[in-house]
Parts: sequence; structure tokens; C-alpha cells
Amino acid sequence: MASKTTNLVADWDPNRAAEIISAHLGLEGPALPILHGLQAAFGCVPSEAIPMVAKALNRSRAEIHGVVTFYHDFREAPAGKTVVKLCRAEACQAVGGREAASFLLASLGIGWGETTPDGAVTVEAVYCLGLCAAAPAALVNGQPHGRLDGMSLIEAVAEETQP
Amino acid sequence: MIRLFVPKDVSALAVGADRVAKALTQQAGEGVQIVRTGSRGMTWLEPMVEVETPEGRIAYGPVTPADVPGLLAAGLLSGADHPLRIGRPEDHPFMVRQTRLTFARCGIVDPLSLDDYRAHGGLEGLTKALAMGPEAVVAEVTASGLRGRGGAGFPTGIKWKTVAEATADRKYIVCNADEGDSGTFADRMVLEGDPFCLIEGMVIAGLAVGATKGFVYSRSEYPHANVTFTEALILAREAGLIGPDVLGSGRSFELELRVGAGAYVCGEETALLESLEGKRGMVRAKPPLPAHVGLFGKPTVINNLVSLASVPVILAKGAKAYADYGLGRSRGTMPIQIAGNAKYTGLFEAAFGITLGEIIETVAGGTLSGRPVKAVQCGGPLGAYFPPSLFDTAYDYEAFTARDGLIGHGGIVVFDDSVQMGAQARFAMEFCAIESCGKCTPCRIGSTRGVEVIDKIMAGTERAANMAVLEDLCQTLKYGSLCALGGFTPYPVMSAVRHFPGDFNGSGINAKVPAE
Ligand SMILES: Cc1cc2nc3c(=O)[nH]c(=O)nc-3n(C[C@H](O)[C@H](O)[C@H](O)COP(=O)(O)O)c2cc1C
Ligand code: SF4
Ligand code: FES
Repeated sequence: MASKTTNLVADWDPNRAAEIISAHLGLEGPALPILHGLQAAFGCVPSEAIPMVAKALNRSRAEIHGVVTFYHDFREAPAGKTVVKLCRAEACQAVGGREAASFLLASLGIGWGETTPDGAVTVEAVYCLGLCAAAPAALVNGQPHGRLDGMSLIEAVAEETQP
Repeated sequence: MIRLFVPKDVSALAVGADRVAKALTQQAGEGVQIVRTGSRGMTWLEPMVEVETPEGRIAYGPVTPADVPGLLAAGLLSGADHPLRIGRPEDHPFMVRQTRLTFARCGIVDPLSLDDYRAHGGLEGLTKALAMGPEAVVAEVTASGLRGRGGAGFPTGIKWKTVAEATADRKYIVCNADEGDSGTFADRMVLEGDPFCLIEGMVIAGLAVGATKGFVYSRSEYPHANVTFTEALILAREAGLIGPDVLGSGRSFELELRVGAGAYVCGEETALLESLEGKRGMVRAKPPLPAHVGLFGKPTVINNLVSLASVPVILAKGAKAYADYGLGRSRGTMPIQIAGNAKYTGLFEAAFGITLGEIIETVAGGTLSGRPVKAVQCGGPLGAYFPPSLFDTAYDYEAFTARDGLIGHGGIVVFDDSVQMGAQARFAMEFCAIESCGKCTPCRIGSTRGVEVIDKIMAGTERAANMAVLEDLCQTLKYGSLCALGGFTPYPVMSAVRHFPGDFNGSGINAKVPAE
């Protein structure tokens, strides 16, 4: 019953970006909430948004760029339609996580952090999803999957990518 | 009305709990209510379904949607016999051996019902705290012996006292819910299964030290927990548990959830504060301590989620009742999280003092694969690998330190004999390289060198010389790092080298014990 949750991302729209930025300006320390908001809307933190964020927060562009690049989550370009966040950490390793990951990556023909040429799937490494007691684990478009092996991992991805 | 309980904890969802709940909704018929709970922590039995009966709640698991017709036909709704029947969860050996204090409600209550929360002892601690006054609350937390459950084990009461005594126009309570350690999920289970307990603990902390604003810093890897906690905050505000007039006391306390962006180092308290301020998560040099100069330069209590969530029960039952559990300077209970290749995985809250061997052999039931245990990693990615010969180590901060290990946030990851320890040591260095904040050269550069050196050792290239380089590198990391990311990476690396020298004999990183 996993609902299809394929990432719907909007095209760059400066008015929308301005709205997102101003919606968070009342917060203490608004930078991360703003960047999360931008990425939720546009699938990435568009480079066009950086001077806008800098101006709104009274910080330099270099500083905001530095923040965006520091965090693994923030993307400079949108990911594929289906995003697989696959755990690479120890509890998953202990029950075949490395093998399941290799199987998926080989079948997609990509490496960690890469997107298939058709833009369908991006596989990102994450370090622990808190699903370590039901490992190996992944989030596929935000849907949790546990006790995976290579085959069930591929099925989980296929379920999300099929039209 | 018959009540069925199906967890919506993400670990249950990951193995099909929503599909089971749907099948039950469709097939159980009229007069059945399905309550979604957190998880009891018997994760290997998830999805675990419980039914309320006159004899108590009867559990079945692990249930698949295909099992549902058979379960209903056998009499699930009256707690009847079935091969998947577990009986009353509290009678299960995994539960009987526990002391559930912090996790007393988790998996039992509807996490988003304040009535349920109150009916199960919720808000007793806060009510007492309001009556006692701030100094007495700090004294009570100090007397309980509670030490930080985030890893460093610093006495919580002393931290609170420092902030209480600081004078400032504004103070903060920050909850460290950036649970990045592999093999840990206790913070997540509270966020999903008993969120009001954390809120209550933070409100008490605010009253005790004179702080009026709190932040919970969670992780983007926990989207389900963040949704549940956001809903809990709304309900808590509506009920006046947080806001301008906490439970009619005239005291104000505001609370916000913030979400990180995939950086392990932001679990380090000062990096976390930088991140909350909207900066790169770079570790700050200490002093000044966050208790003096913390968030936005103001005195700040920063505590792990489990530390804060243990405060309500400490106040409700009294410091002595809590401190009566434990061993030496490790008082109270610890939620031990059993993960990886274990037969019985999940959350096991126990008084300090149980031995590692009891945890692995009895509680966890050995490996899932049925093969011998080769190593267990305790305390997350910066924790040591313990061989079975050290299983007599007591679960206690000092006993672990004495064996060059750490209990950290309570994670234990079990590996069977197919693990190649050279690969694990290499991963520890690789993880340090990926997650380094970049401030210290040994951590930033040395970790990448570490990966290269281990590769050479594993390939059999100048093995002895490269072993010496690796030891040296670990010494540099240990003494030349500002925080424990660089400083503790030598623990998993050197414990692997020391206890499993045969895995570094140059026969390659993929050399595995042949499977049966
Ligand atoms: C690299 C690194 C990662 C850490 N990650 C966490 C974490 O995820 N959660 C946590 O509570 N503490 C973490 N800590 C420990 C915190 O710095 C700090 O000691 C803790 O939040 C204090 O709270 P406590 O006294 O209640 O444990 C980490 C420390 C380091 C060096
Ligand atoms: S040890 Fe590593 S993570 Fe810690 S402060 Fe230094 S560079 Fe940053
Ligand atoms: S180690 Fe993979 S989910 Fe925790």
C-alpha cells in the first residue's frame, strides 16, 4: 500500500523562493529551515536562491554557500524521481547491507550518490536510519524498508518507480 | 468495543505494519478499534499486534498481512491460541529481565493522546517539579545520579546547576536528538512512541534553570519521528503544557523542533549549537562551556534526548528510587539497543551492571545467522569492537572505559564470524573522513591516510611498516583532535587490530570465513 511519493519538484520561481524565505524570517536561526524549505519546493537549493537568502539574513553569499555545501542533504541540482537513502552503517553491514547495496548499485549501473541516466533513481548513502534492529534498511521516497536483501531492495525500488 | 494495537513506529512500518493494520481494518469487522502505538522494543517480533482482553494485552508477531485471516479465524480478538501468539508482552523473557523506567509507556500508549499519557503516570514529574521549586528540582536530578546518555556521561544535575546559577536575560534548553550513532534508536523511539515524555522533561529542565525556550534538534533521517513530534507539540501547546503559562503556573516555556541536514558531527554539542544558529556544523573549542556561552551566546543546557526523557520518572518516583538501580557511579537504567546480527533485536532498558555477555548471549540470543559471535561494537561508530573474551565486562561507564571502550548512547551491534575486521577498521576511518567537520588536520586528512594505510596492510604491502604507521596515525588522531570524532575513531580501529590480528594478515579485505 506504499503510496507513490515520487518527488514532485517545481521549476525555479523567484517569487516562490522569496515567499519561503520570508515565511521563516521570524524564527531564531532561520537558515536551516529556509534551506530545507527551498529544497522541499525545488528539489535542491538552487544557486539563484543563495544571494536571496544571504540578503535576507544579512550574511555574505560565500557564508550561505558554505552552509549549503557543509550539509550532506543539500543538493545543488535535483535528484532522480525516486530517491533511495540506503544505510551504509555498521548494524546494516552486520546483516548483509554491503552485499544488498552492491546488488542494487550494480543492477542500476550507478555508484553511491549517482542518478541513473534516465533520471529515474538516485541512490544516496546514509549513515543510520534508526532501523538498526530491522536491518539492512533504506528509505525509498521516504517509505521505510527493513530486513532487506538485494532482491527485496530492488523490489522496493521497483514498486516506487513503476508507473 | 475491542481494541487492537498496531505499532506505527518506523521500525514496524519498515517491515509492513501499515499493511497489517489495513488488513485488520478490512477484515476484523465492526466493533474493533485499531490504536496505533509506538513500539515495545521487541523489534524482531514486529509487526507485533496486540489485543486487549480481560487477562491483559495479548501479543502476536511477527504478523504479515497474509496471516491476518488465519489469526482472526483462530480467535485473535479474544486472545486465542495461534502459532504467532506471544502472550502478554510483559511476561516475555525479553521484557521480564528489563527495568522500564524511561521507556515505561513506549509501545503501550497512543503517543498522541495526552489522556493516555496522564493515565500512565505522565505529568506527575512536572506537577511535583512545579510544587518543589527550581533549586529542589536541580538537587533531585543531581541526587538521582543521572549522567548524560548521549555518550560523555557527564552528571546532568551539575550541568543544570551551572546554567541555573548563570545570570542572563535568556537561557535555552536544547535536546540533542541528532542520534547519529549506528546501532542506536532510543531517541527515535521516544519521539515516535512517547513524545510527551520528552516535552515534559524539557519543561522541567526549563523551570529548573530559568530557561523559557527549548529546541529539539532531530535528524532528517527520522522523517516519521519528526512528523509525530510535530503533532505532539501542537497538542501540548493546545493543552497548555508548553506556551506562555505552563499548566497554569504562570511560567512560560516555548518549544520548537529543528531538523538537521545529514551531518553526523552535528551531534557534537557545540557543532549542534552552530547548526541551530544556521551555520556550518563546526565544533567550537571549549571553554567556554555551552552552560555559560551556548546557543546565541546564552547559557544553555544541552542534553541528550534520553537524559531529558528520564527526568519525569526521576521526579515522579524520587531520586532515590532511580539511584537504587545501577552500579558504582553508573546509576539508574540505560536503554540498551541491540542491533545487527542478533536473534532478538530491539530496545532493552536495564539497570547498569549487567554484563556484556549476558546481553549478547541471553538477552540477544546470540546471532541471527546462528553462527558464532565474532565481535560486538558498543557505543556507535566511535566505539570499540569487543571480542567474546571480554564479555565479562559490566555494562557501566567506568568498566567500559577501563577496557578502552565506551557505552556511548547504548548501541550494541552484533557481528557473526563472517565479518572481516579489516573491513570494519577501514570503514571507521572512512566514516571519520566523510563526517569530519574539517577543523583539525589529523581528523580531516589523517582519516583518509588511515583508509589508504589499511588498504596497504590488507593487500599485504609492507605489512609491519604500515601497521606501525597505522598505530602512529591513531595516536595522532587521539591526541590531536578537538572532539571525539577524530579522537575516538582509533577505538574501533585499534580494537579491531588488537583483538583480531589475524584479520590484518594481508590476505585481502574480502577474505571471508567460508560459509557453511
Ligand atoms: C562526533 C560526536 C557526535 C555526537 N553525537 C551525539 C548524538 O547524536 N546525540 C547525543 O546526545 N550526543 C552526541 N554527542 C555527545 C554530545 O557532544 C554531548 O556530550 C551530549 O549532547 C550531552 O548531553 P548528555 O550530557 O545528556 O549526554 C556526540 C559527540 C561527538 C563528539
Ligand atoms: S576532531 Fe574532526 S570533527 Fe572533531 S573538531 Fe576536529 S576536525 Fe572537527
Ligand atoms: S545502522 Fe543501518 S539503520 Fe542503523
